[in-house]
Amino acid sequence: MKKYENKLLQNLRHIKRGNKIDGGWAEETPRPRDSEQYYRKRWAYDKVVRSTHGVNCTGSCSWAVYVKDGIITSETQQTDYPSTGADFPEYEPRGCPRGASFSWYTYSPIRVKFPYIRGDLYELWKAEREQGYDPVKAWENIAADPEKRAKYVRARGKGGFVRAHWREVCEIIASSTIYTIKTYGPDRVVGFSPIPAMSMISYAAGSRFLSLIGGTILSFYDWYADLPPASPQVWGEQTDVPESADWYNSKYFIIWGTNLPQTRTPDAHFMVEARYNGTKVVGVSPDYAEYEKFADVWLPARAGTDGALALAMTHVILKEFYVDQQIPYFIDYAKTYTDLPYLVMLNENDDDVRSDRFLRASDVNDQHELGEWKTVVWDETIQQLEIPNGSQGFRWDGGNQWNLDLQKEDGTMINPLLSFIHQADEHMQVNFPYFATKQGNIVQRGIPVKHVQDKDGNRKKVTTVYDLMMAHMGVSRGIPGDDAAHYDDPDHPYTPAWQESLTGVNQTQAAQVAREFADNAARTKGKSMIAMGGGTNHWFHSDHIYRSILNLVLLTGSQGVNGGGWAHYVGQEKVRPIEGWQQVAFAGDWATPPRHQNGTSFFYFATDQHRYEVKPEEEEETEWGSKYARMHPADVNAMSARLGWLPSYPQFTQNSIDLVNEARERGAKDNQAIVDDVVEQIKDNKVNWSIEDPDNPQNFPRVLFNWRSNLLGDSGKGHEYFAKHLIGGEDQVMSDPEQSWQPDSVNTDGEPPEGKVDLLVSIDFRMTSSGLFSDIVLPAATWYEKYDISSTDLHPYVHPFNAAINPPWEAKSDWDTFREISKVFSELAEDHLPAQDELMTRPLNHDTKAEIAQPYGKIKDWREGETEAVPGKTMPSMQVVHRDYPKVYEKMTTIGPNIKNGYGGKGVTIDGEPAYKDLLERLGKSKREGVGKGQPDMHEDKQAIEAILTMSGATNGKRAVASWKSLEAKTGQNLSDIAAGREEEAWTMDDLTAQPRHSISTASWSGLEKDNRRYSPFTANTEYLIPWRTLTGRQSFYLDHEMMLDYGEGLPLYRPPLTHGPYVKGEKEAEENGKSITVRYLTPHQKWGIHTMFTDTTPMAQLFRGWQTVWMNEEDGASIDIKDNDWIEVYNRNGAIAARVVLTYRIPRGSAYMYHAQDRTMGVPGTAINKQRGGTHNSVTRVTVKPTHMIGGYSQLSYGFNYTGPTGQQRDTMAIIRALKEVDWLED
Amino acid sequence: MRIKAQVAMVMHLDKCIGCHTCSVTCKNTWTNRPGAEYMWFNNVETRPGPGYPKQWEDTKRFKGGWFLKNGKLSLRAGGPMSKLTKIFYNPNMATMEDYYEPWTYDYDHLIHSPKKKHLPVAQPKSMITGQYMDKPEWGPNWDDDLAGGSESVLMDPTVQKLQEHISMEYEKTFMMYLPRICEHCLNPSCVASCPSGALYKRDEDGIVLVDHDSCRGWRFCMNGCPYHKVYYNWNTHKAEKCNFCYPRTEAGLPTICSETCVGRIRYIGVVLYDADKVKDAASVEDPQDLYEAQLGVFCDPFDPEVIEEARKAGINEEWIKSAQDSPVYKMAMKWKIALPLHPEYRTLPMVWYVPPLSPIMNHITNSEELQTDGYIPAVDQMRIPVEYLASILSAGDTDVIRQVLLKQTAMRVHMRAKNVGGVDDVAESQLIEEADTTVEELEDMANLLGVAKYNERFVIPTGRREMDDDLQYQQGACSIEELAPPEGVAPPIQQR
Repeated sequence: MKKYENKLLQNLRHIKRGNKIDGGWAEETPRPRDSEQYYRKRWAYDKVVRSTHGVNCTGSCSWAVYVKDGIITSETQQTDYPSTGADFPEYEPRGCPRGASFSWYTYSPIRVKFPYIRGDLYELWKAEREQGYDPVKAWENIAADPEKRAKYVRARGKGGFVRAHWREVCEIIASSTIYTIKTYGPDRVVGFSPIPAMSMISYAAGSRFLSLIGGTILSFYDWYADLPPASPQVWGEQTDVPESADWYNSKYFIIWGTNLPQTRTPDAHFMVEARYNGTKVVGVSPDYAEYEKFADVWLPARAGTDGALALAMTHVILKEFYVDQQIPYFIDYAKTYTDLPYLVMLNENDDDVRSDRFLRASDVNDQHELGEWKTVVWDETIQQLEIPNGSQGFRWDGGNQWNLDLQKEDGTMINPLLSFIHQADEHMQVNFPYFATKQGNIVQRGIPVKHVQDKDGNRKKVTTVYDLMMAHMGVSRGIPGDDAAHYDDPDHPYTPAWQESLTGVNQTQAAQVAREFADNAARTKGKSMIAMGGGTNHWFHSDHIYRSILNLVLLTGSQGVNGGGWAHYVGQEKVRPIEGWQQVAFAGDWATPPRHQNGTSFFYFATDQHRYEVKPEEEEETEWGSKYARMHPADVNAMSARLGWLPSYPQFTQNSIDLVNEARERGAKDNQAIVDDVVEQIKDNKVNWSIEDPDNPQNFPRVLFNWRSNLLGDSGKGHEYFAKHLIGGEDQVMSDPEQSWQPDSVNTDGEPPEGKVDLLVSIDFRMTSSGLFSDIVLPAATWYEKYDISSTDLHPYVHPFNAAINPPWEAKSDWDTFREISKVFSELAEDHLPAQDELMTRPLNHDTKAEIAQPYGKIKDWREGETEAVPGKTMPSMQVVHRDYPKVYEKMTTIGPNIKNGYGGKGVTIDGEPAYKDLLERLGKSKREGVGKGQPDMHEDKQAIEAILTMSGATNGKRAVASWKSLEAKTGQNLSDIAAGREEEAWTMDDLTAQPRHSISTASWSGLEKDNRRYSPFTANTEYLIPWRTLTGRQSFYLDHEMMLDYGEGLPLYRPPLTHGPYVKGEKEAEENGKSITVRYLTPHQKWGIHTMFTDTTPMAQLFRGWQTVWMNEEDGASIDIKDNDWIEVYNRNGAIAARVVLTYRIPRGSAYMYHAQDRTMGVPGTAINKQRGGTHNSVTRVTVKPTHMIGGYSQLSYGFNYTGPTGQQRDTMAIIRALKEVDWLED
Repeated sequence: MRIKAQVAMVMHLDKCIGCHTCSVTCKNTWTNRPGAEYMWFNNVETRPGPGYPKQWEDTKRFKGGWFLKNGKLSLRAGGPMSKLTKIFYNPNMATMEDYYEPWTYDYDHLIHSPKKKHLPVAQPKSMITGQYMDKPEWGPNWDDDLAGGSESVLMDPTVQKLQEHISMEYEKTFMMYLPRICEHCLNPSCVASCPSGALYKRDEDGIVLVDHDSCRGWRFCMNGCPYHKVYYNWNTHKAEKCNFCYPRTEAGLPTICSETCVGRIRYIGVVLYDADKVKDAASVEDPQDLYEAQLGVFCDPFDPEVIEEARKAGINEEWIKSAQDSPVYKMAMKWKIALPLHPEYRTLPMVWYVPPLSPIMNHITNSEELQTDGYIPAVDQMRIPVEYLASILSAGDTDVIRQVLLKQTAMRVHMRAKNVGGVDDVAESQLIEEADTTVEELEDMANLLGVAKYNERFVIPTGRREMDDDLQYQQGACSIEELAPPEGVAPPIQQR
């Protein structure tokens, strides 16, 4: 019984002695232990709710959120993932310190609790409304009046928010949207939100609204430069990677520029644990990164030189495993799954012999349907040309031979020859470009050549990709003239000694690692893996760094094998239930096509970064020469848009609605006539491409939605250009357009405009830089206050968000927010914006027949008269689209009937009727009046979740089986057993809440998951003979598009990092102010946040040093008289940063790391240079776009949203660092 | 023989990814409130580095733990008389500068700033004074990943001792992480340091706690603990420390730091020890003998005599079975791969550490040396100096460290031989012999360290609450005793 004593007795109780033990040394506890109740009570809680963090992170970890007394108190990781099986490490407990700090936000002072609006704008709005103007007119009065507009635009980013009512802000947003559509066209309404997988419903909320109104939806993966262009180039796949548990299957694991413990925190243990199972781990990094702790060998390659190391390793593998000995496993793999045996023609121009495009069936005869898209090999057995199945032509010729089966109709097998070395008709000296040094030379190498007859009886000289690779890599095979390169020959590419001179990596170690990597693959049939990421991918020439590294996994037969292949980890994400999600997110159910715009091109022009380009110095020219490398990237981008390669929204200077109306006025009777009319107008330069006049106010993006994103504090590369040109806020741009390189075909007359956007709306639960610059900030529900779903590449599960508490204050989920906006929009549209038709352009898309629009990869510009202007062929496709604006709300909240026609992606179609029937049952019918009545109801976020789960193969077995059936029809292969056994599975939200579920193999992805197998990409290709979605249908070493060859980039080669800046010649430099140092400026991902998320919490700030900080070498620091934790400023022509310095010897001299995305909202004083608030990590960056990424209309190089397009690289940056002598908080 | 049960932990440093999740989840649960801002019951240190609080291993300054005075075990900080002289000013106590001044930011300003000339910013401000500060000057993990470079590293007391072995240059860089909680020692000097007798070691599971009702805030525990793991709450004026999450372990759940450990480095299990051997073990002359002496305190849970004695001591079958299945027993006592942190403090700490492997030095390019068997580098080429590890984990005895590293390497080589091949049989068996182990043991190790299923990492019997006061009463009244005084109406509740 509980005893009650008086206080005095209680206080004296501890004097009581216990039983003495250990010879009187200790005593057993005699005391009452009442005080143990305090911590027991703290631990008690009322409920635990399963949720997760919708942050741009590949973790996708399931969390337990604790609620006590109605308050969210804390979170711990869930540990109940379905098992990976006996003898295999489990996924529990996925999470990281960042996620663990999330509950801090719920009640924190940084929380946006109510709708806020810029005070100046609110005053203007109030005044208009009080004068009796209706909302749309009120907006027009403000936006169209330069003085009124300037009043609030110029106030951006300077504080002064006021609270507003939800209804009011919705009216302002809806009115500005309607006004913009009417005045400029729907494509001037733009939305940016990244990474759907992190919270699919919240993404879909905004993208569905934008899709219905015809607004522009920006891509993010390419813009973030996380897209590895090598992936579409090599595989025709955006990105597909192994789940992290598959690392445990690897037996040799190279970690190459991706900081697994720091940025793949929940996954890293699989790599660590694999080591105990006998796996060797090698780390390549330019600093002693966290992952080196787990390496057996550290190869410290200098930043940006990774390609050189990879090529030397390629050299070693080719020499030792293809020439000195032949590994049957490697040879079979190369013949079946790579383009190495495919024939390439040679282009002889006097002495200058270069490799040309692939030989096609159409070159040798006319017997093949789509023969210009069918590639050719030499059969080693029967000594003649063969056209194996599976190349691009087979995909679209209407047959069912799109497969990798080398068996011919007569039952015999094609035996592709890898090398003509033993049966060459002649040897030729072929030129290869060499860019490793400025004024690089051409490398000449001997190759074996075969003579074949073309269909006109002419002799064609051909060789194989394999022979080209061998020659290019400098592997001696005894061919006359060949540069016999020894490993320790430092002068000839691509030897181990050659790489040492560039990378600093000891040549013996480099060769040793290459040898072990290949030997391991030979022993294990491909269980050699390379994890790669931001450190290797964020470079201007990332495609070549990646292709060089991919050489290693392709040559060792490691790709498409569990435990082997590439493992790209930066910003990659996976919406596992992709088929259904796409329908909900882009309103395919209502057949109103979305405008998918590649983000990099959009921001490049919208922020006027194209007017600050740096012209390559003439001394950088090489003997190779290149027409397109000398073109201004903006000119190439404009050409790309014109030829239908890349999308380009806003489309035309003219409103896309007006185009239709005017064509009709001119007598166009039907849609085809309207398109024809517009094409004529374009040819006559009466309709103008917006991309050629981006600074014309007609072409400004007018309304910009930013949700689930901190565009300005985080991902706005060239932050200061954003601030200046797009936003019109305070900026620190120091570069001079006059001294910069200007394009020809893009109009740059006049001063670059400032403040292009009429209305900037941010939706967030915390105040970030993006919020600070916005006109309206809407209070979002946090991730513990809403329903959604999450998935990732890194694990195979789909799991939910659940609301632990309802959104507090006036917060709303994104789904509810966009639903409310669409409701007000539709109400106002009744009077202001009736149903309209508009003309919509779209690029030549990958995985549609448009990808074979431009044969042989030859560039033909209709404007130059090189070809006819034909929509969908030589220019973008065009269609007339009906947009019923007053019905947007009804469509937003129901599933449309178009589903019944079937749906899918990547060329895979799922039966629509059964899915639609399931939807009606699971979602219920809408009873709301209007066009959606009787359709499946999607008013609530939970219904949207069920819709996605029902329609997607990963979460619904019937859909999965349907997807494989669809692929069977094209490939002629038996694929139905891939998903067999799981057909009856149909996960619901409640199922996922009970426990995360293992996704089902679906034809939208390339990995096999049956029998609890770990996901590894392309295992479906290697095991079921499904082609890659490339020209040859195989994994590509060689890219034969005209622009690629012109650039000299047909084969993987070494291109050194650029060294832009810090200024261009002639620019005014910052005033001298003591010692300074110029460094390579790198922004790898940080440890204390996922981008700017979590970084602003007090746990994360205190676990390091608070923000912002920049790391550099301590000797470099000493050279400019700064000590650890001193204030510094970092600057160049692009802008300036104020930060504190972290000195270390872990980073080599000459580079500085400003870990990515600390945001400038915390602890950032003014800079001395400009006396303005110090910038973000992106204030000294500017995107550099690579023209070869703009290629389109050509097989795997055709456009796809987040699949191709120039990436927003920013790593090739030089910046100056010096002490910031006076700290001014600029609080005046 | 007096058998007692102790719930203990192993942290496998080779697995630690230095992510600090443990610190955050622990803090959210236990010390996220005024007065506790600087309390990190669990923290993670980058080594080499000064640790938290700064240079806590400097026993000369802080005078924590025990030492041998004329062969007799004594508190380094002095006995009761000496304490009395320092009771109002203890010169050996760490100050706020050794910890840090907790800070936050003026977040509110971002939302509510009036219109100004420049972008609003949230300035840092002290959580202690509420005043703006220009910049934080130190924190609980200020030197993460060698931040501060040689300036920070030179503050490491171990580095100061071992300068000739440690070179602070890029190519020779090494680092490791050291997560720390309270050691829940068998011979806790914090308990002995408290003038109020407010600290105690629980008899049933060995968890060391502060009795908050008795604590008078004298703070001798703060520096009396050589690990500096007792904190003082300036708000409540009571000491607080890691409680091994007893509300969880009593329910059979691992501690928060273990449950949420993303590197899966933590193992929790029961060990049985003879409480009558503690003093002698802590009193051996040579500090390098302390590790072996400590091992001598533990009992073999399979020994029938031990089992009998344990039963007599009231240790029930489930606890005995847990001791038999204990991962801590396997790693620390059986395989001897987990070592105590600073055994020379003579507190017999009960958190054990497996020392980490590390990459070979870059200057090793001799292909013979590179070509070690199965591609796994040999122990003597690794870049973390064995002397450094020994200084932390074995009172300087490098042989102990080398042996553990050898065993881990042998495990990797053997598993590679088994799963991949390409390993020379003779070389492998030589390695196994040198590591003094067997194939069976190595495979058991690979399973526990690598596969590491939840139920094998954490073997925790539920708390023995049956020895508590009236459980039937508490079933309905716990946490609301004030509303439900036990007297009741009638009949009186059955008493034990």
